[in-house]
Amino acid sequence: MSGGPWTRLVNACRVWIRNFESWKDFATASLVGTVAEPLLYFVAIGYGLGRFVQPIDGRPYIAFLAPGLIASTAMNSAAFETTFGSFTRLTEQRTYEAIVMTPISVGEVVAGDVFWAASKSVLAATVILGIMLPLGLVHTPWATAVLPLAFVVGVMFGSLGMVWTALAPSYAFFNYFFTLVVGVMFLFSGVFFPLTGLPGWAVWAARVLPLTHAVALMRALTGGRLEASLWLNAAFLLAFTLAAFGFAKRLIRRRLIR
Amino acid sequence: MEPSAPVTPDAPLVRAEGLVKAYDGEPVVKGIDFEVRRGECLGFLGPNGAGKTTTINMICCFVRVGGGTLEVFGRAVDEDPRAIKRRLGVVSQENNLDPDLSVAKNLHVYGRYFGLPGPERRTRAAELLGFVQLEEKADAHIRTLSGGMRRRLTLARALISSPELLILDEPTTGLDPQARHLVWQKLRALNRAGVTMLLTTHYMEEAEQLCDRLLIMDQGRIIARGTPEGLIAEHIGADAIELFPRKAGRDSRDGGPRPEAAMRLLSERADHVERAGDEVYGFFRDPAAARAILPELAGLDFLHRRATLEDVFLRLTGRELRE
Repeated sequence: MSGGPWTRLVNACRVWIRNFESWKDFATASLVGTVAEPLLYFVAIGYGLGRFVQPIDGRPYIAFLAPGLIASTAMNSAAFETTFGSFTRLTEQRTYEAIVMTPISVGEVVAGDVFWAASKSVLAATVILGIMLPLGLVHTPWATAVLPLAFVVGVMFGSLGMVWTALAPSYAFFNYFFTLVVGVMFLFSGVFFPLTGLPGWAVWAARVLPLTHAVALMRALTGGRLEASLWLNAAFLLAFTLAAFGFAKRLIRRRLIR
Repeated sequence: MEPSAPVTPDAPLVRAEGLVKAYDGEPVVKGIDFEVRRGECLGFLGPNGAGKTTTINMICCFVRVGGGTLEVFGRAVDEDPRAIKRRLGVVSQENNLDPDLSVAKNLHVYGRYFGLPGPERRTRAAELLGFVQLEEKADAHIRTLSGGMRRRLTLARALISSPELLILDEPTTGLDPQARHLVWQKLRALNRAGVTMLLTTHYMEEAEQLCDRLLIMDQGRIIARGTPEGLIAEHIGADAIELFPRKAGRDSRDGGPRPEAAMRLLSERADHVERAGDEVYGFFRDPAAARAILPELAGLDFLHRRATLEDVFLRLTGRELRE
């Protein structure tokens, strides 16, 4: 495929703009879906259940929960976009087919869709961060790094969703993904309870889940407690993201170009 | 940026040699040779499953070449798909307009895929909406368009980048006669303006109306090629007589010719005879020979007409259903 990285990025952006153009007409409805759900958890679990939970690391439970919810929301919105959204564009609407008849390649279509999904993650993260700020849940300017981190989390789960899209015979197939992958990570990656103090095998199992590393980083960045071990989290996250992205591109190409 | 491809004015835009393709071990294109010459309208005519769509999808770099040679604009398709796709306009068989965008946005967004700058996209889109007579639908939603409007919009979309080669996969399938004739009119105008076209169809009339040259495909092979008139002359001749059995309730009048005798006569005199159910088709190279037996058929149900491309097609591909 001709063209350097710049051409490829520009082409991916052209696909991104296509998604933006179709999204902006009903942005409000979409935003409610992206943002309302984490806010409901925020209130119900953070304040409702949080009243009965002792402070964690010297801070109220809501301060523990909020950065975890940024990570899980970034995961959810990206995963949703590249499954139900991308699958519709790949199959029913034949949008991918129409795009790859132009100078744009399959890899660039996948990149455009995944970047779009990740942009939705950033948007959701921005909203949650904006709510945390007046509530005194942000302790350091490092918290702004949550936004690029949300993008990486979005690329990772957008790519994973895309892998499922490439393999899916029908929409029902996504139930496996949302129950066994996204659902498990939502509950066992340290969003709701600390992993420290769990039995050793449980800690190791949690470390395999990529969301665990995103949650640890989010929490450190908003809480201002930066440690050297966070580099390991970041390295794992990036490696997993690159692998998932490469895998997604290959599988979609295999499905689309016979 | 734009590489000047090694194409001289007379060089073919597409050249295939021994082109093959199989899906999961099932061969669908079985070694075909053809060229698309600059300025012409070439038609692939064939029944369903003949391999037409697969062949053009290989030209569009949407299906991988299974074997043999396929050059588009003078270079192998797998060498640089992006450079090839930049110069192609494609009207796919299935509707793949973007249902999330309005009519005008469909053109804008597609123009952006080709890297056209904003002002050029706007002028091209306005021009093309006028060309396909959809100006008043610019802000309409795709779902509100009729089948004919969608086809015209798909055509406009394929033209946004001013392609050198326009590829059309069954451009009028499913359209009513009015919509079909409007699309034909637009395609003829484009061809006259110098756009090279490659189209697939299973409408004989479409092939005769639009194509300078035809390739008849069946079961993955090209089984005949030539101009529409040339194919008729070569394979059928000039005239056809169709003879139908008597309809129930219309008994033969006394003294009238017996259908069996007439069928025998037709079978003996025609250069070629085909039977479909109870009907007999006789084909004549010499129109005088056809006219000569007409008196003997008086009182029977028959039709005397000029041979058509449809006769050629059915002769070559048989009359069995293709599903």
